[in-house]
Amino acid sequence: MDTQEILAKLTPVFRDVLDNDRIALAPEMTARDVEGWDSLANIRLMITIEEEFRVKFDVGEFQEYRNVGDLAAGVKRRLASH
Amino acid sequence: MAVRRMPWLLPGPEDLRRRSEAIDSLQGARGEALRELAAHELNNNQLLRLARSLNLARAAGAEAPLSNFTLRLVSNATTDFIVPALEGTGLRHGFALKVEAAPFGVTLQAALSPEFSVLETDPDAILLALDYRAYFADYALRDADADATVDAALGKLRGLVRAFQASSRAAILVQSIVAPPERLFGSFDRRQPGTPAWLVARFNDRLVAEILETGVSLVDVEALAAQVGLGLWYDHTQYMTARLPFADECVPLYAEHVLRLIGAMRGRSRKVLVVDLDNTLWGGVVGEDGVDGIRLGQGDPRGEAFLCVQRAALALKERGVLLAVCSKNDESVARKAIREHPDMLLRESDFSAFQINWTDKATNLKILAERLSLGLASFVFLDDNPFERAQVRQFVPQVMVLELPSDPATYASVLMNAGLFEAVTFSNEDRTRVEQYAGNTRRDTLRAQSCDLSAFLRSLRMQVIFTTGGEAGWPRFAQLINKSNQFNLTTRRYTEAEISAFAADPETLTLQVRLVDQFGDNGMISAVIAVREAADWVLDTWVMSCRVLGREVEYAVLNQIAAEAHARGIRRLIGVYRPTERNSMVREHYAKLGFVRVAATEGEDRWVLDLAQFTARDVPITITRNLVPA
Repeated sequence: MDTQEILAKLTPVFRDVLDNDRIALAPEMTARDVEGWDSLANIRLMITIEEEFRVKFDVGEFQEYRNVGDLAAGVKRRLASH
Repeated sequence: MAVRRMPWLLPGPEDLRRRSEAIDSLQGARGEALRELAAHELNNNQLLRLARSLNLARAAGAEAPLSNFTLRLVSNATTDFIVPALEGTGLRHGFALKVEAAPFGVTLQAALSPEFSVLETDPDAILLALDYRAYFADYALRDADADATVDAALGKLRGLVRAFQASSRAAILVQSIVAPPERLFGSFDRRQPGTPAWLVARFNDRLVAEILETGVSLVDVEALAAQVGLGLWYDHTQYMTARLPFADECVPLYAEHVLRLIGAMRGRSRKVLVVDLDNTLWGGVVGEDGVDGIRLGQGDPRGEAFLCVQRAALALKERGVLLAVCSKNDESVARKAIREHPDMLLRESDFSAFQINWTDKATNLKILAERLSLGLASFVFLDDNPFERAQVRQFVPQVMVLELPSDPATYASVLMNAGLFEAVTFSNEDRTRVEQYAGNTRRDTLRAQSCDLSAFLRSLRMQVIFTTGGEAGWPRFAQLINKSNQFNLTTRRYTEAEISAFAADPETLTLQVRLVDQFGDNGMISAVIAVREAADWVLDTWVMSCRVLGREVEYAVLNQIAAEAHARGIRRLIGVYRPTERNSMVREHYAKLGFVRVAATEGEDRWVLDLAQFTARDVPITITRNLVPA
């Protein structure tokens, strides 16, 4: 799965968790750019992404991603190591 | 959804968010719609979405007919994920639940402080959701003061209970605790005082003996975690990241267990288990296979699965749940099986009421409710047939219809794990309730009034596929003809060779009927042979599987026979009914289809349909004709 495919699969997860159909993800986006992406939502995103992609992040890993691009790259790394 | 933790519920809809939005813009009361949506198995994101819809409904004063319930949640961990799950799950149980929780970071100490335990609003219940971390440190061996450690832990809980009792009349719910899955020594932990496993076991035992009293009920979280599996219950990463006391994935099931208890406290538990017979209480179809042919009992894995269902139902009856039968069957045959089959655990006297007939099950459940003088909301319905389940859900939504996986080995555990008969007490009256009902069943039977089925039948997206001359179907065609006893007009048996001969004759019709619907492919469910006599077609054979009764398939079949007849210049159809011990259900088959009786002798009734007078009936089924050259 390449980064573009991962972003495409992440979009419905963000829309579902944040209950907002207008979300369109881009690599440079950060939590500040997306309404409702607070620390609680971040945990929900982490758990839902783990379930959706069948990956597991190490403790603290998810919280260190600075933007959506980082996150997509992290998912890609995880998928590759499985 | 990853793992089905609640297989007794329908799977959550993919478009839940869209459906929630639709509810949010409803004019008038939204409670029923919310409850219907919450009746599915939902994940945490879906429960959060429903909790939002509930809050919107509440803000608009549109939560009727849900019952308001306020729950105070006190926890030593993060509650932000549990609160919306509880509120969303409350909908499933008919509650507009408002959960008040201490904000993240408020410690147990603070929760115990006077300004926190004196409540501004008096809740209906207080849930002390404390896990082992509120009482014991990880891994440490406390062997010097093991009993004192448990004393102190119980003292902590008792103090909390007393503090809330002093300031509130709310019911109090406490939780058993779950040991961490890691052991200090290993199996030796159980006998070594002061190990975490020893402390937790001692704590839970003493909690039950010393803390529970009137007004204080137990959420047995330890049992819940055991059911899920201890290794899946805890997620250390989630705990360290966000102080989730147990894995997020288990939250919906936890919420379901809390709400069952709240439901039981409010008298919402179900009281009656209504069971189907064929392929639910025993394997096979008694009307076809005979009393000796049904599968039940040890020595046959399938038979054992159904024995297990009976054992579960019997155990429920002995704790005061009423049992009733709702089955499409010939009553005398079905009762004979219940009375005489050597492996039946349940006998006639175990059931408080019977509705065994060919009427639709929604109507029969209404009649059962009348006869038992109980509301339909106290009924649970267990049936292996997805069509029957869907029909009951549609027409008597108050009845809890258990969803069932395909494997009968799971039926008993699904029934028991669904927790529909949750109780907070058990009295002598409960023990004897079944006897009280035995003499009390109302005898005046309601007149059977069928529900308006046509819209429902259309919603099933039924498709009938007719095939003439398709050789591939002969083995099943022969099987249907040779095994069907009930919906079988003439009970003539033919070999595959004889059937091939019929099919090779251009003057004869051999019609294979398959049915597909939203539940899947039912395969070949009906077969017809019509033989030419002058300008008539004599319906030599007409059989159908009883599983598809009440779905207007027989009308579609007649339409097709008439069309085939017309194409061959046939002018009349001659229906034949030959009574046997088993086929009384089709005695009036041809009358129903508009035939006129012309002759009745001891062994045979003859009926005529003049095709010039025939108009095809509109059926809620899409027809496909599959032309296979003979």
